Amino acid sequence: MSDKRKQYWKGVEQLTNDPAFVKNAESEFPEFLPISDNPEGGSSRRDFLKMMGFGIAAASLAACEAPIKKAIPYVNKPIDVDPGIPNYYASTYVQGGDYSSIVVRTREGRPIKIDGNALSPLTKGCSNAQVEAAVLSLYDNERLRNPKKSGQDISWVDLDREVTSKLNKIASAGREIRIVSNTVLSPSTQKVLEVFQDRYPTTKHVVYDTASVEGMRLANERSFGQKILPTYDFSKADVIVGFGADFLGTWIAPIQYANQYTQTRKITDTKKGMSRHYQFEGNLSLTGANADYRTPVKPSDEAKAVVALYQALDGKKSDIPHVNKAASDLKKAAGKSLVVSGSNDPNLQVVVNAINNKLGNYGNTIDLTTPVNYRQGNEKEYNEFLTEVKSGKIGAVIFFNCNPVYNTQSGADLAKALETVSLTVSTSDRPDETTKFVEYVAPDNHFLESWGDANPAQGHYSLSQPTITNIFDTRQAQASFMAWAGVIQFDYFEYLKSEWESTLAGIGLIWDQALHDGVFAIPENLEAPIFNADVNAAISSINTAYKGSDLELSIYQKVGIGDGTQSNNPWLQEMPDPITKATWDNYVTVSQAWANQKGITFIEGKSNMVNLTVNGIALKAPVVIQPGQAPGSIGLSVGYGRTSAGKVADGRGVNAYPLISKINGMESYAVISGVSVEVLEETYQVAQTQTQQTYMGRETVIQETILSEYQKNPGAGRYHPHISTWQEESGDTHPGALTLWKGHKYKNHHWGLAIDLNTCIGCSACHVACQAENNIPVVGREEVINRRDMHWLRIDRYYSSAPDDELDDDQKDMMDSRKLELVAANPEVTFQPMMCQHCNNAPCETVCPVAATTHSSEGLNQMTYNRCVGTRYCANNCPYKVRRFNWFKYHDNSKFENVNIAMNSDLGKMVLNPDVTVRSRGVMEKCSMCVQRIQDGKLKAKKANRPLKDGDIEVACASSCPTEGMVFGDMNDPNSKISKLLKINDTEEADYIVTKEIGEPRAYHVLEEIGVKPNVTYLTKIRNKDKA
Amino acid sequence: MAIPLDEVVVKEEKQNLEYVSVIREPLVTGGKTVHDVTEDICRQVEGKPTLSWMLAMAMSLGTLGIGAYCVFMLLWEGIGVWGLNKTVGWAWDITNFVWWVGIGHAGTLISAILLLFRQKWRMSINRAAEAMTIFAVICAAMFPGLHMGRIWMAFWVLPLPNTFGSLWVNFNSPLLWDVFAISTYFTVSLVFWYIGLIPDFASIRDRAKNKISQAVYGALSFGWDGAAKTWMRYESVALILAGLATPLVLSVHTIVSFDFATSVIPGWHTTIFPPYFVAGAIFSGFAMVLTLMIITRKTFKLEDYITIGHIELMNIVIIITGSIVGIAYITEFFIAWYSGVEAEQYAFLNRMTGPYWWAYWTMMTCNVISPQLFWFRKIRTNIAATFILSIVVNIGMWFERFVIIVTSLHRDYLPSSWAMFYPTIYDVGVYVFTFGLFGTAFLLFTKFFPVINMAEVKSIIKTSSRKAS
Repeated sequence: MSDKRKQYWKGVEQLTNDPAFVKNAESEFPEFLPISDNPEGGSSRRDFLKMMGFGIAAASLAACEAPIKKAIPYVNKPIDVDPGIPNYYASTYVQGGDYSSIVVRTREGRPIKIDGNALSPLTKGCSNAQVEAAVLSLYDNERLRNPKKSGQDISWVDLDREVTSKLNKIASAGREIRIVSNTVLSPSTQKVLEVFQDRYPTTKHVVYDTASVEGMRLANERSFGQKILPTYDFSKADVIVGFGADFLGTWIAPIQYANQYTQTRKITDTKKGMSRHYQFEGNLSLTGANADYRTPVKPSDEAKAVVALYQALDGKKSDIPHVNKAASDLKKAAGKSLVVSGSNDPNLQVVVNAINNKLGNYGNTIDLTTPVNYRQGNEKEYNEFLTEVKSGKIGAVIFFNCNPVYNTQSGADLAKALETVSLTVSTSDRPDETTKFVEYVAPDNHFLESWGDANPAQGHYSLSQPTITNIFDTRQAQASFMAWAGVIQFDYFEYLKSEWESTLAGIGLIWDQALHDGVFAIPENLEAPIFNADVNAAISSINTAYKGSDLELSIYQKVGIGDGTQSNNPWLQEMPDPITKATWDNYVTVSQAWANQKGITFIEGKSNMVNLTVNGIALKAPVVIQPGQAPGSIGLSVGYGRTSAGKVADGRGVNAYPLISKINGMESYAVISGVSVEVLEETYQVAQTQTQQTYMGRETVIQETILSEYQKNPGAGRYHPHISTWQEESGDTHPGALTLWKGHKYKNHHWGLAIDLNTCIGCSACHVACQAENNIPVVGREEVINRRDMHWLRIDRYYSSAPDDELDDDQKDMMDSRKLELVAANPEVTFQPMMCQHCNNAPCETVCPVAATTHSSEGLNQMTYNRCVGTRYCANNCPYKVRRFNWFKYHDNSKFENVNIAMNSDLGKMVLNPDVTVRSRGVMEKCSMCVQRIQDGKLKAKKANRPLKDGDIEVACASSCPTEGMVFGDMNDPNSKISKLLKINDTEEADYIVTKEIGEPRAYHVLEEIGVKPNVTYLTKIRNKDKA
Repeated sequence: MAIPLDEVVVKEEKQNLEYVSVIREPLVTGGKTVHDVTEDICRQVEGKPTLSWMLAMAMSLGTLGIGAYCVFMLLWEGIGVWGLNKTVGWAWDITNFVWWVGIGHAGTLISAILLLFRQKWRMSINRAAEAMTIFAVICAAMFPGLHMGRIWMAFWVLPLPNTFGSLWVNFNSPLLWDVFAISTYFTVSLVFWYIGLIPDFASIRDRAKNKISQAVYGALSFGWDGAAKTWMRYESVALILAGLATPLVLSVHTIVSFDFATSVIPGWHTTIFPPYFVAGAIFSGFAMVLTLMIITRKTFKLEDYITIGHIELMNIVIIITGSIVGIAYITEFFIAWYSGVEAEQYAFLNRMTGPYWWAYWTMMTCNVISPQLFWFRKIRTNIAATFILSIVVNIGMWFERFVIIVTSLHRDYLPSSWAMFYPTIYDVGVYVFTFGLFGTAFLLFTKFFPVINMAEVKSIIKTSSRKAS
């Protein structure tokens, strides 16, 4: 460095060290900057403009800040709640005798997702659509916010005082008190009711079920001396025969049965056999759709088929199709078979018991030693209650979480009779048809806000715990009963805990463990009884009771809406019925033959309305022509025609409960006489998400075979598209071998999904799980009619085309492509879950002008919502048509507030998954393969400083699948479940291309011939039939 | 047939150096002089608007207003006001887009390609045809914008440098190619049209009697001085621009056809599309030129400039291109069958016999059968018949695009997703909007711009305004 530093001056003033300069040298502005231009002081016009300019600029800048809505910081952060980290609580879903052990995911104190609880020995981590959707009902704006008296608000103190004083007066006058409920699975609740009964001795607890199976329990009483429902184990059955029992969809415990059933249907390298399933039924049910041999029979013939099967086992031939074959298969599989019937007629069930007894199924597939407690309704007691109410004998009725005015046959009579009852109370958590006719409503908590327990089966106990504090001023119904019984300051949790500890601690209960697990099971077996029933009497009674008529009605429950308790849940309303693919309505299902006779067509969901008259009750309903509907029968589902359930459900469809008839004195969903249908001029369109019924013989879409073929060749039924090239004309080139693309090499992970068409039963649990996980909007009936449903995951349901011998002369002359559109009268059904296939050569990615959809380094096809301008070119170019466009703004839009409740109110929005963006109008969306879960799983592994393990990440659809038909995983990990299932081999073709070869002969890609190379793989459907 | 030279009688009339052919029909009839041309063409520019013009303008503005309401609703509510759905993501929007772009082909073809081929008959129609091109392309360009879910982000399709990091357009996407193709075509067409207008603007300027006209046309004519050197440069520029525009005529619709041809959808994924689309575009463009010319010559009494001869020649182009289109349709079917691709075969059978059979047969009737009527000289020289058929052809061409887009999409690979498309009033309304826009623009053009290229027509007055009797 030179000693002589250069000096620069700011100006000549610095050089001369002018005193004026030195004075101001250190300040930022050496001269004072005048605000005012006016040398004489005061403000000039120019100053005014300056100030105003600054003021406006400052004000508008301040306005640019986004408003903060309702963000309240924790004063003391709860120990176990971390923002962004979900908490999981084991709990129990109980809905009128339906049971599932669940795990509730909460975020920042809000339950947002329900999954099955894998620790449960009963439900084994499975759930169904209704269970998955229940979380949305928690945030339903229609729920009651506080107790009511005659529609007016009342405080809990006043309500308790008035109800207690009235109860006391009624009890002291010796008048009758009734508690009406559906099946109560909770032992501690039953204790609470006993306390109430002790306080008011004239009290009786009346139990009814919306779909009674008391006939089965009575039949078991006649057969075994015990009025119980046995545990069925479908997983041990090699031959299953069902008579109108939709055991995969709605019958008793479908979650458990579906899981067991598919264990027998699953085919692996080590298990090359599968069960054979016969189904005899009137409507095409979910179960019938999965049967290998399905015989459409009208309800009266269904009863005759049961008798025929019983007699066929003794060698008497029957002319009902498949009965003899079923009998011979059953005999071969004695002790490893199962026959079930959905009938509520004890006589019929006695014959079913006799068949199972003859086959030696008791003790094998049917376990009488661990009876289940579902559906404990007592029809006789309920009918007595009804007579008593009508006769004015009853002083008080408390409806404990039930809605008999709507969901019983005689609801209207009950409503009228209630006017004469001096005290009527309901504990319903929402207004319903019954609360309209009661004076006091003491709203119960939602089950996600409640403590509770359940005893679903002998030796099986289950706990519910609150996952959120009460959203509204509601009170647990048990506490209400105790309050009215005079126990104030009642803590149900303490009560429950002490009950459990007093009864179960002695046999190994550890409370904290049970609460953590949600379930507690101990072997508690009853003694196996001996079959002893008068079968011949039952048969002769059947022969007289089932005369049959020209037109018979099978009432049924839909897989989504069920008995209608959750009908105000838009996820379930918009879930397409697995069979008809219809949403938002119920309808009369009729056979094609009947429609032809009446001249009705069914095009794009449009058809005539009909007047359905059953024993004097008339309903006007739309029609759906249902392939597989037994000739001479029609179907109609319950769960619709709600009048005061809320804005989602009200006025949709018709109420079929009043049509329920009686056979042998027992409630019957089958109506075998007095049914007539009149076709009206008026037309109606049922909103269907799929209107094309067949797969048009396209083997590239559905690949199927029969078991014997599979056993000969595991690749049977596979369709291998081949093409010829100029180099070799043999036509042996695989279309995937020719490509313009250079291919991919996924260095870390390569996500894939495998779907076994053989275990997919079409139950749609994945459908609702996906909707809940990914904040998928509900669009409403009109928009479904416009074919704009938003579901990322849909279940395609295909019927087989009509064989030539079913065609009439006109149809025989049709072109082949038209013939394929005609559905067989009793079709084979295939379900195919369809979501984004995450193609490696994705057609959507190339066509987006703004690169809003791109390929990830882990094989995912990603959608960047913020970048999307909405040209819809990607959706057009998607061969699988799985992309969904936001036609409107579905959130915060008054046009959708009645259907898309999860995005249109502050309460509804609490269900939204904070990990997933709510998409705006005008952008495309689609299955992301739950990328938020993938990222979460990777992050967790990274934080734990370990490699990601198979099973760390589970996508919503696969985790909800009750049949384990979907396997998600890393195809780069040779030890992952999916790699083993598909037998994946990596072939490194270049240092930047790795081709995954799938070794499993059953595995195929849908639309393989177009060479888009999906990461979703399907396994062929295999039917256990003799002939294809 | 060869014509012996001695049969060609060339009469030279000394006084005006007129050139009369016995074989060729004159391109300008009525014995017009150069001055007549100026007077005839400038008349409506200089005069007051006629009643029929006012009525037409009122109708156009009305249509534009109704259409603008539909556009507003579309932008306010979202694309859902249209009848599109999860299966059919494009319908009227892109149909209209391709239709308008197709119409926009005729102008440049007439002015550029026919210029290069020295077809002098183009001279009296090229101005209006080019104007039609410009307005048609503007109408076409509405749709790629309006069909976007988020039109306010439309500038993202341009490769603009941005502050978002490495965000860039996707050069693989045919939609991006469209952006380039159409903007290039529009720019070149506009410049070409404008350059051609300059000498005529100068004529109007020179005749202008009021200050406003003088100022406006003075500015528009860019100081044209009519010097020989200026004319020479003008001719060169016209030739260069014609050379530039010629490949564009072919490329624009080729690239538009890539929207479909490069996709995987059966019925779209077809290599024949580029030539087939270009032929179709010329076909529909000529039909639209005819529709407009027949009205214009009638209302502005320009029968001497746009003669039956012109109409006949354009009708011949329509027969040729219509037949090419017809062959393309048949070839598509043959290839669908020959390919052995199941989905492709179904797509084409479905076009003919599926739920949209009526659209297919409308297209076939209008595009393949109706132009064949022009083989009859009586029909192709009949104004009324030509007018009707020109409209029929454009109906047919609209249905061609509808058939390609909607019937291919509505039943593609997975039968589960098959769906119907039903238009709403907003689908119709936005189409109507472009009609209003086109009509308004074209009427403004006819009123304020010379509808026939005076300068060029004057160049043939001496050579082709009379036929030897």
